[in-house]
Amino acid sequence: MGPIPSLIPGCKAFFHLSHKVTRVVPESALLIVLGLFLGGIVWAADHIASFTLTPNVFFFYLLPPIVLDAGYFMPNKLFFGNLGTILLYAVIGTVWNAATTGMSLYGVYLSGIMGQLDIGLLDFLLFGSLIAAVDPVAVLAVFEEVHVNEVLFIIVFGESLLNDAVTVVLYNVFDSFVAMGADNVTGVDCVKGIVSFFVVSLGGTFVGIAFAFLLSLVTRFTKHVRIIEPGFVFVISYLSYLTAEMLSLSAILAITFCGVCCQKYVKANICDQSSTTVRYTMKMLASGSETIIFMFLGISAVNPDIWTWNTAFILLTLVFISVYRVIGVVIQTWVLNHYRVVQLEIIDQVVMSYGGLRGAVAFALVALLDEKKVKEKNLFVSTTIIVVFFTVIFQGLTIKPLVQWLKVKRSEHREPKLNEKLHGRAFDHILSAVEDISGQIGHNYLRDKWSNFDRKILSKVLMRRSAQKSRDQILNIFHELNLKDAISYVAEGERRGSLAFIRSSSTDNMVNVDFSTPRPSTVEASVSCLLREKASSVCLDMQALEQRRKSIRDTEDTVTHHTLQQYLYKPRQEHIHLYSRHEIIQNEDEKQDKEIFHRTMRKRLESFKSTKLGINQPKKLNKSHKRDRGQKRRNSNAIPNGKIPSENPVQDFILKEKDVEFSDPEENYESLHMDKGVDFLANVTKQNCTDATSGDTSHSAAVTGYSFSDEKLLPWKPDQAKQNASVSEKSLHFIPSCLQKPWAQSCSSLGNRGNTTPSTISEHTTSYDPNLREVYWKAVSETNNKPPVNSGYCSETSYEPVNSQQDNSVDRQERLEESNPKENQEKKTLLNAQAHYRSAAARRVQSRRSFHRPKSLQHPKLQKLASLPSSCHIPPHSLEQEETQL
Amino acid sequence: MASHSPIPNSCCCYSRCKDIYCESLREISAFQRTQWGQKNLAGFQTELVTLEQIEHLHRRFKQISGDQPTIRKESFDRIPDLEFNPIRSKIVRAFFDKRNLRQASDGLADEINFEDFLTIMSYFRPMEMNMDEEQLDHFRKEKLKFLFHMYDSDSDGKITLQEYRKVVEELLSRNPHLEKESARSIADGAMMEAASICVGQMEPDQVYEGITFEDFLKMWQGIDIDTKMHVRFLTMEPIAHCH
Repeated sequence: MGPIPSLIPGCKAFFHLSHKVTRVVPESALLIVLGLFLGGIVWAADHIASFTLTPNVFFFYLLPPIVLDAGYFMPNKLFFGNLGTILLYAVIGTVWNAATTGMSLYGVYLSGIMGQLDIGLLDFLLFGSLIAAVDPVAVLAVFEEVHVNEVLFIIVFGESLLNDAVTVVLYNVFDSFVAMGADNVTGVDCVKGIVSFFVVSLGGTFVGIAFAFLLSLVTRFTKHVRIIEPGFVFVISYLSYLTAEMLSLSAILAITFCGVCCQKYVKANICDQSSTTVRYTMKMLASGSETIIFMFLGISAVNPDIWTWNTAFILLTLVFISVYRVIGVVIQTWVLNHYRVVQLEIIDQVVMSYGGLRGAVAFALVALLDEKKVKEKNLFVSTTIIVVFFTVIFQGLTIKPLVQWLKVKRSEHREPKLNEKLHGRAFDHILSAVEDISGQIGHNYLRDKWSNFDRKILSKVLMRRSAQKSRDQILNIFHELNLKDAISYVAEGERRGSLAFIRSSSTDNMVNVDFSTPRPSTVEASVSCLLREKASSVCLDMQALEQRRKSIRDTEDTVTHHTLQQYLYKPRQEHIHLYSRHEIIQNEDEKQDKEIFHRTMRKRLESFKSTKLGINQPKKLNKSHKRDRGQKRRNSNAIPNGKIPSENPVQDFILKEKDVEFSDPEENYESLHMDKGVDFLANVTKQNCTDATSGDTSHSAAVTGYSFSDEKLLPWKPDQAKQNASVSEKSLHFIPSCLQKPWAQSCSSLGNRGNTTPSTISEHTTSYDPNLREVYWKAVSETNNKPPVNSGYCSETSYEPVNSQQDNSVDRQERLEESNPKENQEKKTLLNAQAHYRSAAARRVQSRRSFHRPKSLQHPKLQKLASLPSSCHIPPHSLEQEETQL
Repeated sequence: MASHSPIPNSCCCYSRCKDIYCESLREISAFQRTQWGQKNLAGFQTELVTLEQIEHLHRRFKQISGDQPTIRKESFDRIPDLEFNPIRSKIVRAFFDKRNLRQASDGLADEINFEDFLTIMSYFRPMEMNMDEEQLDHFRKEKLKFLFHMYDSDSDGKITLQEYRKVVEELLSRNPHLEKESARSIADGAMMEAASICVGQMEPDQVYEGITFEDFLKMWQGIDIDTKMHVRFLTMEPIAHCH
């Protein structure tokens, strides 16, 4: 076979590249044409057809991979759900086609149109039997590109696979009849033929199932030799083919059922890498074989020795096989529709009739004929070639437009959905229950019984213990979806230039925007604080806001960078080069990747559970809500200027826990800040609308307004300065001496606040320690440059946990009631009180924003990702800063 | 089949069997005369529950009820095959659910008669070829409603997470290796998915309280239900208990 096979991958690649051609012309047709072309070249060179598709090569090497691939990836549920239909078409349909085609040709022959041929009825029947069968290779090749709905596909394809038994039996029977001579055929021989059909088909199936069992069992015990798992899959299934062939049973049935039956257990038993290997190798072999087959069909046709032209015979064959196919399909469908739940409509019938493609199996069978016994072999061969070319090229070309024109239900590729699977499962159970209740044996009843049996016995025998555990389709889909989510999440992170947001817990709640806890109160506090500020009008300046937002982003980046440094995996110093024949050494990178995935997923799931569903950590949340509420009430009374209208306590209590935060504060906020707040918000909203693409700007905007200087915290815990001084030692080198004092103080106050509630907010605390130095360093330096009122750098708010405020609030409240005249404290208390309206304000901003947000993002996952904070970008200068400091 | 359904005291002898048959016919004709029957029986008949099938169902009804005019919950214990169904309780409950019986918007019936039995069974009839779009749509909705009601056990029109979790746990309960924890996380994941389908991008502080029927329909959009919720009442050979 020399140089030609080496051409094949090239051709294949070429066809895959030129989409414009392959969109119209099916690949199989192109390959045949190419084969013809090549055959022409070869013929022109040596005038001998050196390369032909010999039956041996075809049946032993080219066909098995294709059929195994088909069986191994067979959608089992669909296949067995339609098994009755498929069997009817495969058995009755094929017999019908063979008989009618043969008889009709014989009838026409008797009329004399075909001229003089050395041919008898048996020869015609033999020809009919080999030309009758729909070919799995051709059907697969053509239908794969057409994408009809799966039921239709499985019926046509299943028929083409299962009719092999019929074809083999008919072919063998008539072949031996022809050999015996028409006169010697007795009734006993006919009965033998019918019996042999059952033997061949059932025997083949049984061989397949037996080998499937063996294969499943073997893969159960390959835990320590993972590397040879794929080998077992191929070898044992091929063995089933050879065994069946050896016993003259239906080899195609054997290997099909071997694939169909073992797939569940094998896929569960072998490891992921092996599974991938099996998948790819199988697809590679199958698609390679398919290519070779079609090309050799083309090449084999260029051989004047085999051509015997008989127009009437060839044309009539074409006509008969088409017509009888249609008639057969219509009659059988009519019968079947009485029994099927999903009716096969007329359009389906058209496609089924039209999809009856003949292919290489027919060619190989006809090439197998013995010229001595079948005198007109060459006529048969050339007719078969014409028929194959006609069906593959002409019908293959036209089936796509036909399907489009008829508007056949297409198969739509959907993402697997968890809900869909769950509901589907529920439906299955309901249906089998209803069948039980109504007392009948139907599909569902049988399926139920089978799955019980499978679960109780088969799976226990054939599956690893570990696999039994994880082997549930729903679980699989769940896993798959999670993985996909994680991958896209990480990919998005990479696109945005940093994976840091995954690891950094401080930005955690910003990242998971759509999952996150009621907006991190720390951040939200700022807007309302700003609004309540006497001098807040200053902050309404959008430029200032913008500036601040930027600086906040920088802070976040700094923090992010730090955490990155902290957590990032060190580059491996030594590469261990190990070689082992039996193991694949896992790359360190893979481990890291995995770990990142795990982390991400864990985090996401946790945050999701705790927030969206509001259930998993109900105690904690509820507690804080209650506290919040209580505080609010107190605070509202305590506001010195009495602007806040008294809250409606009844309403407050009626509301459910989770609704609490939505209700009252918002109203209060409304009435309180009609004058200043509204236009500020309007500005923010407008701005957000304009740059909606830049992601979640609003919460950084919300942060911006925060403005009280850190120095003012000083009176609270002056004595702690020394303790914390050591922490800030390093940073102090960089701080101008005039600023050193405030810096240390602010740091101390911060540290103190952080310490107040270490247990309740463990997540937040992790981000406290070293990062804050930088934050404060920046903060303080900024403070120096700005007027004190709005020098507020939001760092304090960003890192102070909610609860600490709440804890302290009682004390502050008391102080207020004592009406401490200290300005600082009053301000502080005021802020504190106002902080509880933050959520309302921030939410307002957000709701407006999201109201205005263009809904252009349709994919839900992308939506999630789109709302990632802009903090994921690390501006280069922040990194520089980092380095200089360290 | 006979071995699967040991039906007490019915069908012991031919005459008894005949009695039942006559009675069933009588009852069916009586049923036909009722208001609901007049309205719907015609529908039933065209919609693939033929009179024969109704007769069959009636026989089956008698078997389950033990010759009583009504079925109670315990009667379903007589069906041995049902035992292995993981969501057995939910399904049996659905038979007594007044929402499914179109009687009330919530609550459970204590017992159901044959008419109710048929009503429930009619949820599972296959759709006809000659149905127009509107009918199909209605039909689809009816079927989905049945499923929805099964999930929504407290009849508040919402499948809450707890309800969903429970169903998922039951669905997966046949797998002995699957812990409750993973069933839960699957339910959580499914709920999350539902939320993302139904609400789209959620507000950060928005809480998805549960799947309403509208959301439920939305989730089923584009999924071919036609193949999924049909029982062909076809092999209507009466379960031969009368030997």
